[in-house]
Amino acid sequence: MARVVIRVPAQAKRGEVIEVRTLAAHAMETGFRRTQLGELIARDIIRSLVCTYNGVEIFRAELHPAIAANPLLAFTTVATESGTLEFRWSGDNGYAATQSVQISVV
Amino acid sequence: MSRETQAMQDDEATGPAALWLLDGEALWRRDCAACHGADRMKGVAARYPALHKGKLVNLEQRINLCRVEQQKAPALAYESRELLALAAYVGRQSRGLPIAAAVNEETKSFFERGKNTFLRRQGQLNLSCAQCHDDHAGRKLAGSTIPQAHPTGYPLYRLEWQGLGSLQRRLRNCLTGMRAENYAFGAAGLLELELYLMWRARGMKLETPAVRP
Repeated sequence: MARVVIRVPAQAKRGEVIEVRTLAAHAMETGFRRTQLGELIARDIIRSLVCTYNGVEIFRAELHPAIAANPLLAFTTVATESGTLEFRWSGDNGYAATQSVQISVV
Repeated sequence: MSRETQAMQDDEATGPAALWLLDGEALWRRDCAACHGADRMKGVAARYPALHKGKLVNLEQRINLCRVEQQKAPALAYESRELLALAAYVGRQSRGLPIAAAVNEETKSFFERGKNTFLRRQGQLNLSCAQCHDDHAGRKLAGSTIPQAHPTGYPLYRLEWQGLGSLQRRLRNCLTGMRAENYAFGAAGLLELELYLMWRARGMKLETPAVRP
C-alpha cells in the first residue's frame, strides 16, 4: 500500500519559515541487486516528489537508485498564506501517491 | 547507537517505524478493536514471552493464536508486514514501561534452557552468545558496538534490513554469524532464548518500535 506521512505545522505566522517533513513507504529496489539464482531484480523506486502550495510548485525532488528504503524528505518553505500543500509522489511500476495538508497562516 | 539513530527513533511522527505503526493501527481497527477496544493493550508487550496453555509464546504468536482460535482466520506468516505492524502497534502502547517478562516456578524450566543456550558454545566458530554479549559488550565488532543483549525495542526498524523485523529474525542473524545450526521461526529454542533475554532486560524501558543500525 502506498502509505505516506506528512508533517507540517497546522498553524504558522505569516512570513515564518516552516519545516515540511515527508515519509513514503517504499522498498526503493535499486535494480542492481541479484537473486540467489543470479537474476537481476528489476528496479523499483520512487522517481519524483512534487509539492505545490496553493497550486504553485515550491519543491521538486528527483530520486535515484541508492536512496534508502522509505525515503524521508524534509525541506523548508515560507508560510505566505493559508491554504493547501499538495504532495505528489510518482515512481516505477505505476507507483503514485498524493496527499494534501491544510495550513492556516495568521 | 549513534545520535542520528537515536534521533530517528525519537522522531515518532516521521521516523521510519511510523509507517508500520499506521498499518498496525488500521489492521487493529479492522480486525481487533471490536473485542479489545482501541488502545487497551498498555503493558501487554512488556510481559511477553509468556505461557499460554503450558506453551511459551511471544507477542507475535499470541496475536496469531487470537486470530486462529477466536477469529477462525488464518495465521499471519512470521515476518509478514501485517504481523510486524500489529506487534509494533501493540508494543507501542507499552513504550516507556519497564520490561517484566514473568520468570517464576512455571516458566523456570524454559528460562533455564534459554540461559543454557546463551552460555553454550555452538557453531563452527565455537562461540557462545555470552562471549560477545557479556565478555566483550561495548567493544566493536565490524565497526558496530556490541550490545549487552537487551532486546528492549522489538519489533524494530533496523537500517541494515531497511525494514521492521522481530527479535527472532535478529537472533537467527546472530546464529548465522556464529555459523551455528539455526532455528526455524517460532522454534522452542528461540522462544526460550527470548525469555532469557527479556529477563536480562527486566526493569529497562520498552522502546518498541526502536531504530537500530
